[in-house]
Amino acid sequence: MIRRLLVANRGEIARRIFATCRLIGIETVAVYSDADADAPHVAEADYAVHLPGNAPTATYLRGDLILHAARKTGADAVHPGYGLLADNADFAAAVIDAGLTWVGAPPKAIALLTSRLESRALLADAGVPMLPAFGEPEHVPGFPVLVKADVGSGGRAMRIVRDPDTLSDAFAAVRREAAQLFGNGAALAEPYIERARHIEIPVIVDAAGGVITFGERECSIQRRYQKLIEETPSPAVAPGLRAELCTAATAVVRASGFVGAGAVEFLLTPSGEFFFLEMNTALQVEHATSECVSGFDLVRLQLLVAEGAPLPMNAPPPVRGHAIEVRLCAEDPAYAWLPSTGRLHRFHVPDVTGSFKPLPQPGLRLDTGVGDGSVVGIHYDSMLAKLVAWAPTRHEAARMLAAALTRSHVHGVVINRDLLVRVLRHPAFRSGNVDISFLDRHPEVFAPLLSSVDAVRVSCLAAALAGAAARRATSPVLATIPSGWRNVPSGAQITVYDGPAGPVEVGYRLERTGELAGWWVRAVDPEELDLAGLGAPPLTDDHPPVAVVAAAPDRVVLDVNGIRLAFGVHRVGDVSYVDSPEGSVALTELPRFPRPSELADGSLTAPLPGAIARVMVVPGQRVRAGDLLLTVESMMVEHPVHAPAAGVVASVPVQPGIHVAAGTLLAVLNPD
Amino acid sequence: MAVLDTAIDPRNPAYQENRDAMLERLTALGNALDLARAGGGERHVTRHHARGRLMPRERIDLLLDQDAPFLELSPVAGWHTDHPVGAGVVTGLGVVEGVECVIVAHDPTVRGGVLNPIALRKIERAGEIALANRLPLISLVESAGADLPAQAEAFVPGGSVLRDLARLSADRIPTVCVVFGDAVDMAAWLPGLSDYTVLVRAQAKVSVAGPRLVQEATGEVSDGEALGGAAMHATRSGLADFLAEDERDAVRLARRCLRRLNWRKLGPPPRTALAVPPKYDPEDLLAIPSADERGPFDPREVLARIVDGSDFDEFKSGYGPALVTGWAELHGYPVGVLANARGMLVSAEAQKAAQFIQLANASGTPLVFLQNASGLMTGAEFEQGGIVKHASAMMSAVATSAVPHLAVNMGAAHGAAAYAMSGRAMHPRFLFSWPNARAAALAPAQLTGVLTALARQAAEVKGQRYEEDFDRNLRMNVERQVDAQTAALFVSGRLHDDGVIDPRDTRTVLGLCLSAIHSGPVGGADRFGVFRM
Repeated sequence: MIRRLLVANRGEIARRIFATCRLIGIETVAVYSDADADAPHVAEADYAVHLPGNAPTATYLRGDLILHAARKTGADAVHPGYGLLADNADFAAAVIDAGLTWVGAPPKAIALLTSRLESRALLADAGVPMLPAFGEPEHVPGFPVLVKADVGSGGRAMRIVRDPDTLSDAFAAVRREAAQLFGNGAALAEPYIERARHIEIPVIVDAAGGVITFGERECSIQRRYQKLIEETPSPAVAPGLRAELCTAATAVVRASGFVGAGAVEFLLTPSGEFFFLEMNTALQVEHATSECVSGFDLVRLQLLVAEGAPLPMNAPPPVRGHAIEVRLCAEDPAYAWLPSTGRLHRFHVPDVTGSFKPLPQPGLRLDTGVGDGSVVGIHYDSMLAKLVAWAPTRHEAARMLAAALTRSHVHGVVINRDLLVRVLRHPAFRSGNVDISFLDRHPEVFAPLLSSVDAVRVSCLAAALAGAAARRATSPVLATIPSGWRNVPSGAQITVYDGPAGPVEVGYRLERTGELAGWWVRAVDPEELDLAGLGAPPLTDDHPPVAVVAAAPDRVVLDVNGIRLAFGVHRVGDVSYVDSPEGSVALTELPRFPRPSELADGSLTAPLPGAIARVMVVPGQRVRAGDLLLTVESMMVEHPVHAPAAGVVASVPVQPGIHVAAGTLLAVLNPD
Repeated sequence: MAVLDTAIDPRNPAYQENRDAMLERLTALGNALDLARAGGGERHVTRHHARGRLMPRERIDLLLDQDAPFLELSPVAGWHTDHPVGAGVVTGLGVVEGVECVIVAHDPTVRGGVLNPIALRKIERAGEIALANRLPLISLVESAGADLPAQAEAFVPGGSVLRDLARLSADRIPTVCVVFGDAVDMAAWLPGLSDYTVLVRAQAKVSVAGPRLVQEATGEVSDGEALGGAAMHATRSGLADFLAEDERDAVRLARRCLRRLNWRKLGPPPRTALAVPPKYDPEDLLAIPSADERGPFDPREVLARIVDGSDFDEFKSGYGPALVTGWAELHGYPVGVLANARGMLVSAEAQKAAQFIQLANASGTPLVFLQNASGLMTGAEFEQGGIVKHASAMMSAVATSAVPHLAVNMGAAHGAAAYAMSGRAMHPRFLFSWPNARAAALAPAQLTGVLTALARQAAEVKGQRYEEDFDRNLRMNVERQVDAQTAALFVSGRLHDDGVIDPRDTRTVLGLCLSAIHSGPVGGADRFGVFRM
């Protein structure tokens, strides 16, 4: 019997496990890094132990410190969550050697299943359909192939090769990256199947060998080989195929001696064949979808089998309805998935019916590792939360999820919300026509929700009017005089915002009654800002007729072309976050009186906060346009900084290892 | 609470008729304002903009706090004179960094910003307002100096403007001067006499005389930059306190000066922070004065549309009914109101007013005069009743009252009645007119009658025959002239008020002025002259 459980993880999964622990009476222990000292998972645990530092390698990946924390707090079991140490056989063995209960697969099974090359023969013998694999470039018989690390996960150290000439290079690169990331430089190539789907079978296996498979999950919507949207059941799997998949999954489990909770992953080809991909030996991010349709608490089952108890059922549970999960990540899909960091000023998802446990009835489940005011740092994964819709049908679940996402308020960091909504509403998705290259084939889903020119303009206007209302309300004098009143009407009030598409100028003039006398929103050249906006307002006919119904600092109601629309406006510092049914936009108000720029021409600044990983150039060096100058590592991804033009490097005021804020000067280039 | 009732009915045919007449006058006002806004005309404005320079109202818009109001003063100064409408200078009340200020901005597109006599009177008035109400003065300078062809008229008022700057400074009322372009001749003393100066690099040129005059006077050949350039003044002469990179930067620096003034208003804050607007629609104010200018109207209908919550406590309502007196709040500021209800003032009204003014001084409450007075009642009965005595007492009370006075001419302000109702001669802190208002020594009909009677008398004295045809023609001409010269735009064009306002803005204008007035201390008189009883 587990009495006190240490969770060697953070964020939403730590909270998820703690929730079940509370429900079934297990005491909880959290570990936390410096940056996570105020994180919700720490506050919710009975005990918490600090792991000094921030980098995962100094904190959540330090098995020795975690075991020390377990001993110190009297924990008698360790749950690794997912990722981090979850598929680390050495750590699993160390936990068991320390006399603690390991809530995970046996170390041997982990070791076997995490090496693709090692597990191949065994699984092929057990009748599991496998793709051929080639450990050396010269053995590859045809193209395209996927070259990937033998061990490791998370979609890193992988590339598709279509051109035979680049195969050796790809192997070399993957080996180098794999060695760096996973400490194992082995690589292999598999045939790359175009338009394949990612299907997985979740399993729970008890110590006595009882295997329960849950209905298949489809995780085909991926970016950079990482899952973004997961659902169960899959629209591509008919009962016959389902049975075959479950049989294959059971064969994998039995052949590998797996015990615990995991998922067996397959590629499903357009012709209906499937091949074993790998087995994930931990509870997965997307387990919540299975909890919805099965009604089972998978964490509870996982804890039960870790305690040695038999599974409480002997047949797969019936599937009730359809569940879809989206991963809300702090990254900008439209900008090469660049991670976003900063304070999450507001994180609100409407109409959530439950969190961290199976829902009693169809609805929305939100499992989040963050809340209002959380700081999203550079050190950890970019996933902030996952939102699951459970409904009687797939169509309803997708609709419910898209609507809730649209009405969510996420302020402070850029997230992938708009892309998720566009995918959920996409006709191809709606008809179940998805595969792992969905995002490549449908670039239209990268457009922000707020994309029509008029919708953007009206949101900017709402932000400006909210700003005006706030200024009037806080004015030390004449606060009750009509906003911007003139007895000799002259220019308009001007606010300039830096928006998603560059600086825009909002001009507006109010009547004595507060009615809008005129307005415009136009793009402006940042170089010409100083005198722009004065002189004749370019009021054009292409603006929709707008009337102000109400304008308060946090809420503006406009009548746009006869349709009443409410805009929530949340201002933090210079940034206004505008939310409406049309979509959301963050607008940074530019100073009315900008100071002359202190940056010299040719200055290159950090695109995001992070640590300098590599510096490839020295002052005086001649570079060509596009040359890699240096890299910034953030959220476990390395971001390149290239030369924008040919020239000579004048200075590089940074060195590897130092932390930089977004906008920090990295290098100065004297262009030719 | 004594919330006023209303008898105004928009369905009444007179309502629309009155409203249409007022809208027509507002159109005429709008046309005059268009002329003022147009500055030196499209060609000059375009050239000015092309040089990266801003128009005076653009400079002011940039200087003001975002969304803060701006009350332009005497915008039609110069209307129907030899000088351009607006006189080539913009003055007004605005808010900069939360500080209520008087702003003066030259329009360099109007003959290089030369200061004609009307412009100087307008600037003088702005300085007077700054001094009386303890308002910091910001000058936005770009001027070639005094209007030399009109130097005879400009010479003395030019010096008064400079005198005011020194007096403001001595009264600890800060003055900030931003020089955007030429400031030569008389304009050079504007930065010289201001507390803070900001000069725009490569634009501002401040010198006693320009290069041509210097060469003429001394034979010395110098370029403008060496003679008065901003950089020179920032590094050599020390005239510039701040050197701005461009116009926007100059405005930023001027705003910094205001921010660092550590400014505190000395008058009490509004008694009610979030004043309740009137119960009735201010739109009706357009239809209250009758279209033919003659019909009297109940000023309570006006008060019901300008005072907070339409709440008005009338004083002595049964006595002297031609003048309404009482207490109210305007944008949270307590005020005493004197408003003409019927054209003529009689003894009872004058006595009531004298008492009421003393009460307001006793409590330190500002007074608002809503003028609609065609004159004082004459005739044996009224003279015997002491009209001269009583109206003198009222005039004396007005003249010696120390609480701030605000006046609005809603229809008429003629003769001694205008004085008694705190007309321009009594120096109210602010005086505005509605577009329908008239102001003259006598009511227009009487004025015409008197002028034609004088002509008849003169003919009789000389033994000439007085032709009735001649009389008719004379009468028509005089009527036309009187009509033109007593009209609001004409009066305002000669700076006999601080501007013609849209009646719907009355509450806003009075609120702005009351707040400005409270920058200085507000209190009553501790003594009055001898009232004849």
